[in-house]
Amino acid sequence: MKIGLILRPALIALLLALVLRPEWFVPIFAPFAPEGGPVIYQRASMLSLSVSHLAIVALASAAATIVAVTLAILVTRPAGAAFRPLSRTITNMGQTFPPVAVLALAVPALGFGAGPTLVALFLYGLLPIFENAVTALTNLPRATMEAARGIGLSRWQCLMRVELPLALPVTLTGIRLSIVIALGTATIGSTVAARTLGEVIIAGLLTNNTAYVLQGGLIVGLFAVLIYDALVQLELYLLGRMGG
Amino acid sequence: MTGIRTHISPPGLLFAVLGLAALLVPFMTLAANRIVAGDGIVAWRIAGPEITAPGVAAVAMGLAMGLVAGRTRLRFLGAVLGLTGLLWLLSRSAPVLLSQGGEYARVSPAAGFWFLLVIFMLLMADALAALKPGPFMRGIILVAFLFVLVFIFRSGLLSDLSVLQEFSGRRDAFFTEFVRHLGLSFGSLAAAAVIGFPLGILCHHRAALRSATLPVLSFLQTIPSLAMFGLMIPILGWVGNTVPGAQAIGIAGIGFAPAFLALLLYSLLPVVGNTVAGLASTPPAALEAACGMGMTRGQRLLRIELPLGLPIILTGLRIVLVQNIGLAVIAGLIGGGGFGTFVFQGLNQTATDLILLGALPTVVLALAAAILMDIVVELTRQTPEEAA
Repeated sequence: MKIGLILRPALIALLLALVLRPEWFVPIFAPFAPEGGPVIYQRASMLSLSVSHLAIVALASAAATIVAVTLAILVTRPAGAAFRPLSRTITNMGQTFPPVAVLALAVPALGFGAGPTLVALFLYGLLPIFENAVTALTNLPRATMEAARGIGLSRWQCLMRVELPLALPVTLTGIRLSIVIALGTATIGSTVAARTLGEVIIAGLLTNNTAYVLQGGLIVGLFAVLIYDALVQLELYLLGRMGG
Repeated sequence: MTGIRTHISPPGLLFAVLGLAALLVPFMTLAANRIVAGDGIVAWRIAGPEITAPGVAAVAMGLAMGLVAGRTRLRFLGAVLGLTGLLWLLSRSAPVLLSQGGEYARVSPAAGFWFLLVIFMLLMADALAALKPGPFMRGIILVAFLFVLVFIFRSGLLSDLSVLQEFSGRRDAFFTEFVRHLGLSFGSLAAAAVIGFPLGILCHHRAALRSATLPVLSFLQTIPSLAMFGLMIPILGWVGNTVPGAQAIGIAGIGFAPAFLALLLYSLLPVVGNTVAGLASTPPAALEAACGMGMTRGQRLLRIELPLGLPIILTGLRIVLVQNIGLAVIAGLIGGGGFGTFVFQGLNQTATDLILLGALPTVVLALAAAILMDIVVELTRQTPEEAA
């Protein structure tokens, strides 16, 4: 992709500038700010908000990945097969729950702050990863599995050396979906007092300052697009390596 | 039938253990007013034994009936019994608790109730899944379920609960926002279909257009919703101020228009992507046969590709509808209305019941839409096979 070669570094540079040197953008955002009002969000540095935002997403997604993959391994073993219809029902129904509603419902249960956001992101993040991991683990090529058993691999060795590596690309797609949703939901997390980049957008909405909305929206949007792109590239690389 | 062997259902065992644990968690909350955090009360202390004993017994009995493997009807009845027990405990204890609190006291269900509710719903779903109901049966179950839900709320059984007191103070606003929410989610779905189907058909025929359109749409989809809604504000504000007549038809920086456009942009990928995938799913043999019969390209599209691809195309609409019902909540932040108005008002005032008033109907709406669309998809999937 030729466009990607030019566009990717340009977007990364734009994002870095927006996060590290927001004052450079005063002339661009100024027409959107109310007259005499502040143009650049000053109550917190973009860097600290970005770090906090990404940390919440990383923590929730890492925990969701570990739990979801473990559960997927369990329900795809013969002993856990009784739970498979139930787990399918939960993933199907659970994913129709709007992420915002999950976040809002976490507040009555857990109060305000980063806690409910983390829990909501974790719970919601489980579903796509679990669904994809189960799909991948149940659709392994039969010949490969028989070969693995034929060369005398134990069940554990079979899982670690054959099943999980083969299931990795599809599982990674689930992780990517989960991270993209988490990035978006974390943005809304600032309405329940989690420290994320959504704070800038919300501040802009509350004070009618479109400059803030633009600043926050651009940073969050760029992060999401670039992280999504990086994960797609990682999947392609892994698929390529497995094919070759 | 291989003799009478009573097995224990592993999911049933899980439900029973979790359900008994949930009984130890506070079942109701009594608060002095709608803002302060209340005190949790466990199930057997929410009222006198004449109320708690039958309720807790029904819950325990329901969990026990869920244990029996293979007896699907019994497990289903167990779920119904458990849910009835929950309803009994909730409706009977609320007035008792209210009379103990002060003038502004509020009672609401607490974690224990919600856990048990989820457990019995899952037990019911697990039992129903084993019955493998057809599309019509599922439609009947959905309608019956919604009917029972409406009946319970209309009957006033739960009117002492805090969330329904919030509702009774906002009855008119609730229905206005309900209609607004439906307008946002279904309206943007319709607009996405009008734009997305032709675009999808064009993409199907032109590979160059397809490889240019789909990546752009999937990047749009990754933009976090709050950022997307926010970024629509300056764009539509500018349109409203510069294009003559735009403001007259309601295009402005905040309100319905930016929310609608943001939802529309999110909807395009599933509509276009699934239209392309649906049209591409036509078996080559069917296409060759159509060519052999001398069908034109338009006839092939209308009579072969579209009908065969319909289930996949409708699946795209299902994704969009469920997604938009959820995302329309964000519209509450930019003055676009919908249930999000209550959610964010509630978050601002730390009034949890107001949050619930916005969030719970959204969840029910999304679930109902998902089940309904699944039924429609399955019905379209059956017809071509029967015709073939």
